[in-house]
Amino acid sequence: MALYLPIAEMSVNIFVVLGMGAAVGFLSGMFGVGGGFLITPLLIFYNIPPAVAVATGANQVVASSVSGVLSHLKRGTVDIKLGTMLLIGGIAGSTIGVWIFSILRTLGQLDLIVSVLYVVFLGIVGGLMMLESVRAMARQRAGATVSLRKPGAHMWIHKLPFKMRFKASKLYVSVIPVLALGLMIGGLSAVMGVGGGFIMVPAMIYLLKVPTNVVIGTSLFQIIFVSAYTTVVQATTNHSVDVILALLLMAGSVVGAQYGAKAGQRLRGEQLRALLAALVLLVALRLGYALFVVPDEIYSISRDFIL
Amino acid sequence: MRAAGACLLTLLLLAGMPARAQDDAAAPEAPAIVPLTPPMQPERIEIGLSTDSIAITSDFSGAQLTIFGAVDNVDPLIQRQGRYDVFVTLEGPANDLVTRRKGRVLGIWMNVDAQAFLDVPESFLIASTRPSQDITNSETLERLSLGVKNIRLRPYVLGTETVDDLTNFTEELRRLKAQKNLYEEFPSGVRFISQSLFRATLQLPANVPLGRHTARAYLFRQGALVAQTQSTLDIRKAGLEFRIYTAAQTQSLLYGMAAVALAFVVGWLGRVLFKKD
Repeated sequence: MALYLPIAEMSVNIFVVLGMGAAVGFLSGMFGVGGGFLITPLLIFYNIPPAVAVATGANQVVASSVSGVLSHLKRGTVDIKLGTMLLIGGIAGSTIGVWIFSILRTLGQLDLIVSVLYVVFLGIVGGLMMLESVRAMARQRAGATVSLRKPGAHMWIHKLPFKMRFKASKLYVSVIPVLALGLMIGGLSAVMGVGGGFIMVPAMIYLLKVPTNVVIGTSLFQIIFVSAYTTVVQATTNHSVDVILALLLMAGSVVGAQYGAKAGQRLRGEQLRALLAALVLLVALRLGYALFVVPDEIYSISRDFIL
Repeated sequence: MRAAGACLLTLLLLAGMPARAQDDAAAPEAPAIVPLTPPMQPERIEIGLSTDSIAITSDFSGAQLTIFGAVDNVDPLIQRQGRYDVFVTLEGPANDLVTRRKGRVLGIWMNVDAQAFLDVPESFLIASTRPSQDITNSETLERLSLGVKNIRLRPYVLGTETVDDLTNFTEELRRLKAQKNLYEEFPSGVRFISQSLFRATLQLPANVPLGRHTARAYLFRQGALVAQTQSTLDIRKAGLEFRIYTAAQTQSLLYGMAAVALAFVVGWLGRVLFKKD
């Protein structure tokens, strides 16, 4: 069944889009991530203009994060104070990101930069995650206990000034890396159409040493607001949020996420992380490959430019 | 008397509706009086659209546009010899565009060169009674912009471009437009259905640009332009999709907030409907 997308200005198959949403929702429910980093590349593979894919991806992330954060709030695994500090950085980052996005679009380099950023970030995060989970599995096999948090191990990050106490996370850390992390994620949210969970979660665990039980809830909490803000700014600056496309994706992903969460409970942490890492690397490879292949069409027409 | 033929019927039909019997009804045959004197008045051509706007809906996948027109004061002898020819064009709204060219940088394909063009028609459809080169000479075709290769494309020249490059970009712009059926020729798209009435059929592509289109008709007698006329047609989106599109453009802040609100509702609903904890 064909459906016309008013902002993307093209017809799509309604079931393909719903299916995409459901598949990504399933994975995001399983791994506890927003899924934006999968939605945007998938939309681009489906020939949705990257500008629309990115802006609409941000909108979809709002829905899946709201859905996810509710159960974390109930379980009390959200550090609101830490989330708010991340959010402050995030709003600033998103503002800068949308501005860069606009410039790249008029320069005709948006598609390229979006792809390159995806390849780089997905490659790094996927690679690190894969390495870490393989090591963890090996250690487990050797009989050692696995602990992601080493309370004694302090790094340079913990020597920075302006320390702040985050009770829920049992953390006493400088706000500088917190704000900086928020800023970076906000910028990525705007340019890549992601919530940033796939970077936020490892960064919180490894850099800030946030306990794993509050990481996902807190990251989802701040992602809601950063991606909501990004959606509004994208809508006003670039007019590229396609609400029909977003609705289909949301509907699919919210349903898919419920089944994904159930499936996720049956898998062990390390296996889950290895699987997610494999998936992330696959998407990165596919996008990276497209950068080097001779394009079908060397020339293109656009209305976005500055004389 | 001969003005009987001027009983002009112009109709606009969408979605390939066959041109029906109205032709006969509304075009009473000119009285069979063969004029003894040659017509003194010059020929005239008219088209008119029964509507000045078309609303396309979300499922629009292209349609046939039929434009009826009439010619007046034609010389019946020349007409019988089939030496009157008609061009009908439908030109879309003009916009400044840029054509970009990818090149290889460090192995990666990226846009490296660009050429801007000013006031490029977003679409250009042209129908004629015969292939254009059989109707008149190429200078005339070029002067009147008749034909896809004669669409005037005005590059924004900075002075640093080479002539070769300009030609390349111009040709590629034409080719890309033609590939999307936005620039298209229908060399037998115009048919005389009586001595004075003709029907032009153009294929509107699915991605027909929105806005004000200009329909033009040209009458040629033995290769010489003798009359021309024009009329406008608005193509706009209809229904919910159109309202969404307009809202996104004009009420963007409200639109963005609505999109976010929608996401909150869907996210919350998802949790409520599938409550498991």
